[in-house]
Amino acid sequence: MASQDSIGKTLTVALLLCIVCSVIVSGAAVSLRPMQEANKDQDKKKNILLAAGLYQESLTVDEQFAAIKTKMVDLSTGLFVDGEDVNSFDQRKAAKDPSRSRVLTDDEDVANISRRENHALVYIVESEGRMDKMILPIHGYGLWSTLYGFVALESDLNTVAGLGFYDHGETPGLGGEVDNPRWKAIWPGKKVYRDGDVALALLKGAVNPSSPNIDYQVDGLSGATLTGKGVSNLLAFWLGKDGFQTFLSNYKAGEA
Amino acid sequence: MSVDAKKTLVTPIFDDNPIALQILGICSALAVTSSLQTTFVMCLALTAVCAFSNLFVSMVRNHVPSSIRIIVQMIIIASLVIVVDQILKAVAYEISKQLSVFVGLIITNCIVMGRAEAYAMKNPPWPSFLDGVGNGLGYSVVLLAVGFFRELFGAGKLFGVEILALANDGGWYIPNGMMLLPPSAFFLIGFFIWVLRARKTDQVETEEFKISRNSTLREAL
Repeated sequence: MASQDSIGKTLTVALLLCIVCSVIVSGAAVSLRPMQEANKDQDKKKNILLAAGLYQESLTVDEQFAAIKTKMVDLSTGLFVDGEDVNSFDQRKAAKDPSRSRVLTDDEDVANISRRENHALVYIVESEGRMDKMILPIHGYGLWSTLYGFVALESDLNTVAGLGFYDHGETPGLGGEVDNPRWKAIWPGKKVYRDGDVALALLKGAVNPSSPNIDYQVDGLSGATLTGKGVSNLLAFWLGKDGFQTFLSNYKAGEA
Repeated sequence: MSVDAKKTLVTPIFDDNPIALQILGICSALAVTSSLQTTFVMCLALTAVCAFSNLFVSMVRNHVPSSIRIIVQMIIIASLVIVVDQILKAVAYEISKQLSVFVGLIITNCIVMGRAEAYAMKNPPWPSFLDGVGNGLGYSVVLLAVGFFRELFGAGKLFGVEILALANDGGWYIPNGMMLLPPSAFFLIGFFIWVLRARKTDQVETEEFKISRNSTLREAL
């Protein structure tokens, strides 16, 4: 058994084991990828529906998603882009692609995302031929991770109909509480713009019920001050002039 | 099943419980037990990882040079955890999102590594496998017990089904919010260990030293 601890034997065992394990791990990852992608896609659609407050347990996600029109928007001009395939457009990839995004200056970059994609998808919920809700994708940096989510606006494009994040890596139990349904239930009815600026923000602690700004303020999450700041910042960015504000005012004026 | 095999499987559940007696794997017991559904999936994941890591470690135990044996165990455990995580993401996406990092953290769960080093390195594959399942079950018993009380009293539900009618839905039960926070798991595990050691007095550890009485005021002066 003296050869058991020889350098040759040690290296052989290590090498063989690594090869076997890496084959198993990559095999599992590759073979399960399609199912995971399908799950992610379903989850994203479900989050779009949840943000708009439309999700029903009894129907499949695809059935419910049929009522939603997906459109592409040019964020600089605030106009719809026609003729592009919205199904194959991956906004998260576009945001990292230098040819399809632009670098933000420090002043602009309130959401800490460093690049902003040129085009974004918006989801329009229609009822009886008219726009009922507008769902916008949002993302920004929290404490540890970039939070990806959606904010839904009512037909006046100023009242929040819902907010939800579908991907983030914040601390479970603290910043991760952005997923808490009770907290998300505070959002509907809050107003976004005051005198043309985004006024909606999270507070540290609870909102004073007698405050005149109550429509623009949301309770902070305890133990998640920095994640909360991130959420305020990403809303300020995406609903502001570098985000969807140009598009929203165009749309309201009927010029998009 | 032979008597020995049965003993290997059953002993870790109450007589040599990894959490209650060996005090291993407490971290995830605090983190994932706020609802029974996540607890259940976590238990399945840990039992599977523990059983198969013991099996594979035991299969290669005679060929592993002792200088790299811990690394070998880690590689086997880490690979299994990644596979389990990938499977969960594919078949139970919602739950895998709720469990988030904790599936990945099975790698650092002391039970898995502890059993690999303490049992699988010295025993043949089949008993090692059973030992892994047994320790997984021992972990599961404690977690499910903790999860049961936390979800029942913290949210009035079991497996997401309402048992106690909640006050804010017009019922009578005001949920105890502390139950949903990690410290409550400490209390519950403490109670579990207390009850277990009250019944099985041989698990009580002998005191390593005696704490002397406090000095009185007169002595201090």
